[in-house]
Amino acid sequence: MSRTPLDTVEHAAATPDVELPWAELGLKKDEYERVVEILGRRPTGAELAMYSVMWSEHCSYKSSKVHLRQFGEKAPESDAMLVGIGENAGVVDVGQGYAVTFKVESHNHPSYVEPYQGAATGVGGIVRDIIAMGARPVAVVDPLRFGAADHPDTKRVLPGVVAGIGGYGNCLGLPNIGGEVVFDSCYQGNPLVNAGAIGVMRHEDIHLAKASGAGNKVILYGARTGGDGIGGASILASETFDDAKPSKRPAVQVGDPFQEKLLIECTLEAFKEKLVVGIQDLGAAGLSCATSELASNGSGGMRVTLDDVPLRDSTLSPEEILMSESQERMCAVVEPEKVDRFLEICAKWDVIATVIGEVTDGDRLEIYWHGGKIVDVDPRTVAHEGPVYERPYARPSWQDELQADDANKLPRPETSEELKDQVLKLVGSPNQASKKWITSQYDHFVQGNTVLAQPEDSGMIRIDEETGLGVAIATDGNGRYAKLDPYAGAQLALAEAYRNVATTGAKPLAVSDCLNFGSPEDPAVMWQFAEAVRGLADACQQLGTPVTGGNVSLYNQTGEAAIHPTPVVAVLGVIDDVARRTPVAFQEEGQLLYLLGDTREEFGGSAWSQVVHDHLGGLPPKVDLERERLLAEILISASRDGMIDSAHDLSDGGLIQAVVESALLGGKGARLIVPDGLDAFTFLFSESAGRAVVAVPRSEEVRFNDMCGARGLPATRIGVVDGDRVELQGEFALTLEELRKAHEETIPALLA
Amino acid sequence: MTARIGVVTFPGSLDDRDTQRAIRLAGAEPVALWHKDKDLKQVDAVVLPGGFSYGDYLRAGAISRFSPVMETVIEQAKAGLPVLGICNGFQILTEAHLLPGGMLGNDHLHFICRDQKLRVENAGTAWTSDYEQGQEIHIPLKNMDGRYVADQYTLDKLEAEGRVAFRYLDFNPNGSLNDIAGITNEAGNVVGLMPHPEHAVEPLIGTGRTDGLPFFTSILKKLVNA
Repeated sequence: MSRTPLDTVEHAAATPDVELPWAELGLKKDEYERVVEILGRRPTGAELAMYSVMWSEHCSYKSSKVHLRQFGEKAPESDAMLVGIGENAGVVDVGQGYAVTFKVESHNHPSYVEPYQGAATGVGGIVRDIIAMGARPVAVVDPLRFGAADHPDTKRVLPGVVAGIGGYGNCLGLPNIGGEVVFDSCYQGNPLVNAGAIGVMRHEDIHLAKASGAGNKVILYGARTGGDGIGGASILASETFDDAKPSKRPAVQVGDPFQEKLLIECTLEAFKEKLVVGIQDLGAAGLSCATSELASNGSGGMRVTLDDVPLRDSTLSPEEILMSESQERMCAVVEPEKVDRFLEICAKWDVIATVIGEVTDGDRLEIYWHGGKIVDVDPRTVAHEGPVYERPYARPSWQDELQADDANKLPRPETSEELKDQVLKLVGSPNQASKKWITSQYDHFVQGNTVLAQPEDSGMIRIDEETGLGVAIATDGNGRYAKLDPYAGAQLALAEAYRNVATTGAKPLAVSDCLNFGSPEDPAVMWQFAEAVRGLADACQQLGTPVTGGNVSLYNQTGEAAIHPTPVVAVLGVIDDVARRTPVAFQEEGQLLYLLGDTREEFGGSAWSQVVHDHLGGLPPKVDLERERLLAEILISASRDGMIDSAHDLSDGGLIQAVVESALLGGKGARLIVPDGLDAFTFLFSESAGRAVVAVPRSEEVRFNDMCGARGLPATRIGVVDGDRVELQGEFALTLEELRKAHEETIPALLA
Repeated sequence: MTARIGVVTFPGSLDDRDTQRAIRLAGAEPVALWHKDKDLKQVDAVVLPGGFSYGDYLRAGAISRFSPVMETVIEQAKAGLPVLGICNGFQILTEAHLLPGGMLGNDHLHFICRDQKLRVENAGTAWTSDYEQGQEIHIPLKNMDGRYVADQYTLDKLEAEGRVAFRYLDFNPNGSLNDIAGITNEAGNVVGLMPHPEHAVEPLIGTGRTDGLPFFTSILKKLVNA
């Protein structure tokens, strides 16, 4: 076995003509030339490894950056924002000295390749982002999208994803309180596995990813570094550097939630004793990312000895060590006199911790291997000064035709019998059916602070036992709406999440997003992306809810077929006292049902058009953000003042879907009357935005009506909570048993 | 005076802090115990909480059972110290042979989280005296390996001696033999069950029921009146 000489900085300078596999590592020719220009010489193999992963689309946001800037430029003034975009996760002030950090990320591609581990490590990654901010993670949410529910591959992907999320999150002790499950054949081959997490800390505990203070030690702790998660690195591990290496490494990481649980506890204990100057988790791009970002954000440089990294596989090359995405690792910067105590805490939790380097007073990131210097770079050029693309974008040629294919012209039910059949078909369709079979595989109760969990409109967690202070989170997205109009679709996603938070009684504060799109190299996809970002940024500005961070997932397409543009939006809200929360379930018979907002004939992209006609065309519902704000204010006031006992937002499936869900959850039926000016069909199935249905105790009716009247929100009495049937007067009645059967048996029948 | 009730934290314990809260809400004093420490800090009773200690690697509870703290727990339980094992704690108790039988993976092979209906079959133990015999209660259940199994002789003995403490009602969530949700030792001081009473102690939280609180008031009364 022969070894090639170590490719040190010196060696690189002396051998300018050595060909490096930059193309195989995903760099474009001009990108590689830029690396050479930055360094003034060819990069070493290790440097190339770092630049290639850090300048990848995933890490550098090179295609999306020019658009994402709007989230900062249009950010509304908000007193709540403590840490904004650019850190591991945003941080929001929720009062009483508490800060909350939250973020949604994608783990789409790995979850298609290996559903269980792909989804599991998605949870692991987002949770480490939360810990890295200084917070204790308190809940997770999982917005998921799969191909058609009856497609055989969905039965491969979905159960694995769900088991992976459960297997990891349950073992970490994090209640899973929300998310979505959506089926659409556009996600066949490109499932969207997004994962969100929330963490809570005191203001003074906020930590940032920066390495400051020359002489401070850099400590790598957690799992050993292995060969897993090296995507493009399989190239590095082949002929070019060392013929004797195993040539293929698995590109999907393997998770160990037990290790991560220890990592959480030991990190929080170190925070509590104020031992940590800066911290970064190791996620995408592993040590390359952690060292370059820590150094780049700090005041000095950093020197790292790669030989000190604890390995799972002693044959790994330095390039592989730098690129490995082995899970459950973190990197902390600790003052020298506190290192012993830090290592002691790690030992207490049986977590391996090793000093691998120190902060220097220079401005270079230097990495050594077997005594030779293999990396000598300005860390900013790796972490923050990657390429930026102004990708061409153009409104697709088919957009007009799609919008002209008006869903409002589809044949509507003509008889009461047809209306009834379509109601049953809708509530039993895979997208509208109960997801209990899925969510019952997640722990909702652990930590003992869960106030609301799915299928509630938003998940809610108590964060202070004494005062009852709590936070709520909802995630929403509707790829069908966004396909019809990406600008409006992104705004509708925000509007729905915002409304869902308010429906439970919490005040929406801030936003995180996960933007799932096809290939940025397709101008039509890039247009969808640009429109969606512009729409979301405009809407966030108008609603006063800043984007605190998030993630972009591109290349979700198979061949020419891209997924629907799918911006998924998470809204975080705060509630002063969780005792005031409003649930979805009907509470008491005799309570009056009010429909809030305006109902129009809006069926473009609707669940009805999909379920009954398998149709997608026309325009999505009209966006009225001022109306959303007013509706939210009314819902929050009504909850705080005890004027409503249950509430449900109206979104996909329209009013009938909402009423059926409230009825089934509460075990109480409803008698409905079509209000003046509407026909039964529009009343039941329209998806006009800015609406909710609430149950008002009779004693509160006058007060509630007065409030809506005074503030100018249309409130229409549409019926009463009553009996064990859902009845539309003069049209049809369905027993709760019939509805339950339709609503709850679909998913197990398809997937169990 | 009040009682001091220890809650052991193993690596991978998840419901340790929830259990401490439940103990506090019942009016007793929770005391944190650490798996590497044999010292039980003179507590009057011990709870082994739920979670995935050691990741449930090898077999749920199989590694924790050898923790230093368990040496003392086993020794003192045999001498009458009240011990409650919840979920993973129950699994540890069977691995430690303080309770008979064992737990296998759920028969449907999925993790299951639900509000579970139970019947109190033995209200005479240290941890159940605040219930009525035969009382029907709802307690959250959440586990991967909850299927209680034992040989026929053991099952017959448990039934004959009234040592089945809790039985699943309406729906057997994991395929447990005889619908067994929890059992007690002969002396009634050691009780283990799969459902999580510590998650049913506050009206606002979780399922909104408080059916789990009597576990903690039962032991408190017993200890204070002793």
